[in-house]
Amino acid sequence: MELKYIGLDEINGPLVALQGVSGIGYDEMAELRLTDGTRRLARVVEVSEDRAVLQVFEGTKGLSLGNTTTKFEGKPMELPLSKEMLGRIFSGAGRPIDGLGEIYPEKFADINGKPINPVSREYPRNYINTGISSIDALMTLIRGQKLPIFSGSGLSHNKLAVQIVRQARLAEENGQDFAIVFGAMGVKNDVADYFRRSFEETGSLQRVVMFLNMSNDPIIERILTPRCALTCAEYLAFEHDMHILVILTDMTAYAEALREFSSSKGEIPARKGYPGYLYSDLASLYERAGIVKGRNGSVTQIPILTMPNDDITHPVPDLTGYITEGQIVLDRSLDQTGVYPAVAVLPSLSRLMKDGIGEGYTREDHQMCANQLFAAYARVADARSLASVIGEEELSAVDKSYLRFGRLFEKHFIDQGFDVNRTIAKTLDLGWLLLSTLPKSELDRTDDEHLAKFYDPEKAAAEFGL
Amino acid sequence: MDKIYSINGPVVKVKNSKSFSMNEMVYVGKKKLIAEVISVSSEFTTIQVYEGTTGLMPGEPVVGTGAAMSATLGPGIITNIFDGIERPLRDLAELTGAFIGDGAAVNSLDTGKKYSVTLKVKPGDRLAAGQIYAACPETASVEHRCMLSPLSHGGEVVWTAPDGEYTVNDTVVKLKTDAGEEELTLCQRWPIRTPRPVAERLPTDKPLVTGQRVIDTIAPVAKGGTAAIPGGFGTGKTMTQHQFAKWCDADIIVYIGCGERGNEMTQVLEEFSELVDPRTGKPLTERTVLIANTSNMPVSAREASIYTGITLAEYYRDMGYHIAIMADSTSRWAEALRELSGRLEEMPAEEGFPAYLPSRISEFYERAGYVKTLSGSEGSVTIIGAVSPQGSDFSEPVTQNTKRFVRCFLALDKNLAYARHYPAINWTTSYSEYIDELADYYNKNVASDYMEVRQQISNILVEENKLMEIVKLMGSDVLPDDQKLLIETARIVRVGFLQQNAYHKDDTYVPLDKQYRMMTLILKFFELGKAALAQGITVSGVLGTGWAENIIKVKYDIPNDRPEMFGEYTERMEKDFAALSGGVTVGA
Repeated sequence: MELKYIGLDEINGPLVALQGVSGIGYDEMAELRLTDGTRRLARVVEVSEDRAVLQVFEGTKGLSLGNTTTKFEGKPMELPLSKEMLGRIFSGAGRPIDGLGEIYPEKFADINGKPINPVSREYPRNYINTGISSIDALMTLIRGQKLPIFSGSGLSHNKLAVQIVRQARLAEENGQDFAIVFGAMGVKNDVADYFRRSFEETGSLQRVVMFLNMSNDPIIERILTPRCALTCAEYLAFEHDMHILVILTDMTAYAEALREFSSSKGEIPARKGYPGYLYSDLASLYERAGIVKGRNGSVTQIPILTMPNDDITHPVPDLTGYITEGQIVLDRSLDQTGVYPAVAVLPSLSRLMKDGIGEGYTREDHQMCANQLFAAYARVADARSLASVIGEEELSAVDKSYLRFGRLFEKHFIDQGFDVNRTIAKTLDLGWLLLSTLPKSELDRTDDEHLAKFYDPEKAAAEFGL
Repeated sequence: MDKIYSINGPVVKVKNSKSFSMNEMVYVGKKKLIAEVISVSSEFTTIQVYEGTTGLMPGEPVVGTGAAMSATLGPGIITNIFDGIERPLRDLAELTGAFIGDGAAVNSLDTGKKYSVTLKVKPGDRLAAGQIYAACPETASVEHRCMLSPLSHGGEVVWTAPDGEYTVNDTVVKLKTDAGEEELTLCQRWPIRTPRPVAERLPTDKPLVTGQRVIDTIAPVAKGGTAAIPGGFGTGKTMTQHQFAKWCDADIIVYIGCGERGNEMTQVLEEFSELVDPRTGKPLTERTVLIANTSNMPVSAREASIYTGITLAEYYRDMGYHIAIMADSTSRWAEALRELSGRLEEMPAEEGFPAYLPSRISEFYERAGYVKTLSGSEGSVTIIGAVSPQGSDFSEPVTQNTKRFVRCFLALDKNLAYARHYPAINWTTSYSEYIDELADYYNKNVASDYMEVRQQISNILVEENKLMEIVKLMGSDVLPDDQKLLIETARIVRVGFLQQNAYHKDDTYVPLDKQYRMMTLILKFFELGKAALAQGITVSGVLGTGWAENIIKVKYDIPNDRPEMFGEYTERMEKDFAALSGGVTVGA
């Protein structure tokens, strides 16, 4: 017998409450049917013996206490999954919106996923060559990693994500399958369109699954979008042995949706009005990257988030940084001087880098070169602040050489352009060449052996026209 | 039978029940999810569930266990990896696969494995609480000693099993007590939120030697002490914790991954099984217990993981071992408290954290200590807690409250990390209150002037800090030569001494003796430099000897097992400086 409940008892923001219900499970799905025939999906967020609170994905606009009937489905939200999803476009709640009809599901999976048992994880070690010098050399992306891009409004994060997708060699040449899962939360229509066109141009549209929640779509659906995307990614990675790159944009919009939902439930806010469980909630998404022992696939995540007011201490980038394995930070002042990609080297970091580089992965001198570049560029910042006080002329010769290094580094190493794809060897050689513009005694993070091999001031002078 | 009334996330309520007591462990629902009672009133009993509650329905049964949330203590803990409520993750993986499912019932300890037990008592002996009645080798590095639970009142041994092979649940001793006969197995249970009793607390005057120069020399931690490592993301908290876990001279390490990354736990698992404990020659895992409750595992189990960890540590302390606990990160634990407090609709204090946050933090850190155990031996629990301040702001509630209750503060600095100066422990904002208590140990065991040398090095850094204010405003050229020399010497201290390479075979762990010799070598350079300046030689002349660079590379060039090389270095340096002043007429 199918049980339907007529009417509602309370409507508040995206939440509705029903009295006198029974046999309802926590997190269960329900369908609301309006008298005009339209349907809406909802999820149980609080339940007691005779009362259930539901969040309505499509919003509560037009609902009244009398015009709906509610049917509970007896199971949590599940996403139909199939390999046919490749090349298709779905709504933020996982329904096809490209007009090609429903998919024929191979299986259904709970979109909340389950935590990977730490003993079943395989430690990520294979690096992904993105062809972008600043990333490859200094914050190497590793397969199975979660490495977000911290950006600000108006910066070129979308372009960078597209370049990574286009240039990244996700799978080695031995014919392993790869695909991209793209989740858009609260993005503008033209941004989604930009990604779609870019995927089309690179000929990879058949390898992309898109989940789109636009900025004018309901916020509750936005909370589901990354979960649908990751469920699809896990399915393709762990059941079809594919290497999946998940791009999630924009995590800030997601967190704002969560805040809106939380406040409409009347929860006690923590920092800046975000709910106290923001960390756990973000972790339940980011931690779904990784490699599982005994399976051939992997899930790599590149979440993109815009820092409100470029503030890296804002709760969303802050909590993200604590969960993800590093971050790529974009810098507005670099961007304004025309540098692309405007990667702010010093605050950027890849935590998994140390085990995925060096002999057997990239090149034996990689770590040393990267350490020295970081150390030297950190000195550039000191020299610049000193120069702004006493003037460049008054600086010591060493400080002057750092200023020069800083300019060359930004011009030749960071500023690479959208169409340039560098091999790791080329990137590292360039790094050593730039370091060669500094006095030898300043290179204290390397050893004599490497200096003998790579330190070549004459070649550097010729190359950079000094 | 008691039934679920309502469900909100991990919080479940039961209406009109009088059958539960505070902090009692209960099973919730048909899946028998593990849960704990957190508040009781005549109308509602509130329960926090340690597993996912998706699909749970009102009306499902809630069954009490009659006991407080407890950990099972016995052989089989070391080398294991548990979740926050002491379920072994390897067994869970066998049961539910690579992804953790709900309601999986597994034993904390392997009940099938047999240990070769030696009995330590005979019939007729009196056995008091905390006394050891049997022992067995648990791993190659750790002997397990079974003690009468401190909950027992003690009694007379009436029967013992012969020495031999037993499982954790086999009875090995029978005891006649006032309350009747008590059967003792190899394991016992202990409520995780209650500290285990000790005979006496002793002073903390022995260092926990870590082989990390900035810690051992600048801000040392005492055995039985407490330390906090605060730092924003990317400053190397986890790396510092790993270095502690790998190299500190504790007998047993309890590593609590509390709300952190899954891949990090995998890394610890992998790395520790490959690394060799320098003191026993066995893999590091043979002395390590891991508790992994990653950020996406249930939040209430994250809250419990800290208590589970410290209970395991106290249990081994009572056997007479020295334990170091790494809690990474206590901020995640505090956030779990906040999250649960929010679900209970409690009145929040600062930044949404509950008002009882400071008391919970102090309760936790107070469980550290150097003690005389009930059985009369000495043992210690040292707590090293990582703190992840929101927005790298040390004024936030968790960091501030932690600072009040720990005595060693190892502040990680974002700017040092940006410059890849690792470990990024800031030497001016970090401190240790143990210095005075530990001075005797250093002076007696390493060198009689260790503390004096340390102070001189520290003075150089303080002095440099002052001078840098001027340099930032006017450049270093304006300084007189002696101050330039000081800045150069401070650079040697920073790069050559404070910076340490965790990936270098020698530099990853440096014995105290080498630390001392490195410092004296730097001071010697400073002294010779000053003498040279007095003779009219310029700073660039002093640097021209190349000794600044030589000393910086000493950490790599002099292996840990060749301390005599420092003598050669000093001689050569003296010779070079003599040659330097040879060019100038010395007033002889």
